[in-house]
Amino acid sequence: MAFLELKNVSKGFATSSGSTAVLEDINLTVERGEFVAVVGYSGAGKTTLINLMAGLVAPDRGTITIDGKPITGPGADRGVVFQNYSLLPWMTALENVYLAVDQTFATWSPAEKRAHAEKYLAMVNLSAARDKKPSELSGGMRQRVSVARALAMEPQVLLLDEPFGALDALTRAVLQDELARIWEQDHRTVVLITNDVDEGILLADRIVPLSVGPGATLGPEVAVAIDRPRDRKAMNHHAGFKTVRNRVIEYLLGPGRDRGRPRPPQATLVAAESAAANDTAPARAAVTA
Amino acid sequence: MTTKVLTNDTRFLEFSHLTKSYPGKTPAAAPAVIVENFDLAVKKGEFVSLIGHSGCGKSTVLSIAAGLLEPTEGGVLVDGREIPGPGTDRGVVFQTPALLPWMTAFGNVLLGVEQAKPEASAKEREQIVERYLTAVGLGDSMFKKPAELSSGMRQRVGIARAFALDPKVLLLDEPFGMLDSLTRFELQQVLIDTWAANQKTALMVTHDVDEALFLSDRIAMMTSGPNARLGGVMTVPFARPRDRAAVLEHPDYYTYRERLIAFLEDQAHPKAAA
Repeated sequence: MAFLELKNVSKGFATSSGSTAVLEDINLTVERGEFVAVVGYSGAGKTTLINLMAGLVAPDRGTITIDGKPITGPGADRGVVFQNYSLLPWMTALENVYLAVDQTFATWSPAEKRAHAEKYLAMVNLSAARDKKPSELSGGMRQRVSVARALAMEPQVLLLDEPFGALDALTRAVLQDELARIWEQDHRTVVLITNDVDEGILLADRIVPLSVGPGATLGPEVAVAIDRPRDRKAMNHHAGFKTVRNRVIEYLLGPGRDRGRPRPPQATLVAAESAAANDTAPARAAVTA
Repeated sequence: MTTKVLTNDTRFLEFSHLTKSYPGKTPAAAPAVIVENFDLAVKKGEFVSLIGHSGCGKSTVLSIAAGLLEPTEGGVLVDGREIPGPGTDRGVVFQTPALLPWMTAFGNVLLGVEQAKPEASAKEREQIVERYLTAVGLGDSMFKKPAELSSGMRQRVGIARAFALDPKVLLLDEPFGMLDSLTRFELQQVLIDTWAANQKTALMVTHDVDEALFLSDRIAMMTSGPNARLGGVMTVPFARPRDRAAVLEHPDYYTYRERLIAFLEDQAHPKAAA
């Protein structure tokens, strides 16, 4: 049985003219110790998907279970890393992590909790900055605190919502490599949400594309059979890399893009897109039609 | 001085010994040299990308070409003339499209066309605006204000505005840097289609390897600053008109991609600390 399972999950929000379906018929299974990346467009409903798994919102239909038990609300078994870090500004890096440890391991002694928080700050290479407040830290360092906080709870599932989306390309690459290294150590179950296909390929065992909303749904998944540790330069001449990358991109620019999309203005584009929806090589058809 | 010194379509946009430095903090301190002896010649109708890391000085080069910054030494020539400052012969697409929020998409593009084509009739100008907004897929949203448009749509207005000026040279400064990587793919297609229909000489600054490979005829690689220079030029052989699927399936695509990533990784190492 799958460890984390979403079955026929749908979620919509009320609008002035009725309601809009954000996610429709989401079916996803994640095995214990697996790293899965959901790749989709901004505004497709990626954050809604994370919020559902985190228990921050409830599905309209369908079920979400962890280890066979339905999710009824947020819990320390799921650690979440948000794109905007969500650190408490009046607390130091260490205090931010300690707060989570204090909640999760309430029976521990203060010394144990502190040592635990320090261990995870060290894991993200932030020991030197442990007494700094978020305002004194760079974006990359803030996100490291946020990653340390989630890891320190030792959750059964780590939920990452575009964790590196707000960082510049260089810092993003450094943090991706660190996350890969940390994951290698304990093979925790991870669901990563991202709009970056390459980030998914670098980190995940499996990529599941999410189509455009409204009514976004998951597309055909692609396994990433590339040995770890992965190198973003050397991967380019790996035989499987090109296949995985092109399959995900073709789905997202082809059938995944057409779903739920408001019709574009010009007649020619409408023709091209509907041709694409019916064609077996949709991405090519859309641009050459 | 704006005398035409030579007409040569192989050097339609030319950077010659371009150097930009700022004085040190004290009179005794050495000046901070951002870009040093940058030389590049872009052919008429060619699309060249300038690739490098954030902060390497590539936007400085573009800003000098736009006339927004003065070089310390050397200069920029467009169609054989040294550029005298900003002008409508160069259309610029910025990372954020800098639209006037109280004007519609139509009004924003029209404002540029009025500057560039004062001799055209009002009707002609409006036709130009309509043509380019339609070309970028905004035919139905021409009379919306920026606040009613998504960030991708706003950048479409930015692209339409630059092309509607009918400039000699198009300068693009990380035009899709603010967009998510998938929306970026869509806008790259919009840009390449519009470019193919107009054959503008274009120089684009980016740090996105795939973007550079998909759009460019040549990719100029910049070393990391200070004292940034041209580190090499790669010719991109993919047939035009290009479509994404065909380019991605090209047998050499990932060889070129790896070479660019290797260059960027080599340049990143001195300052990889986040």
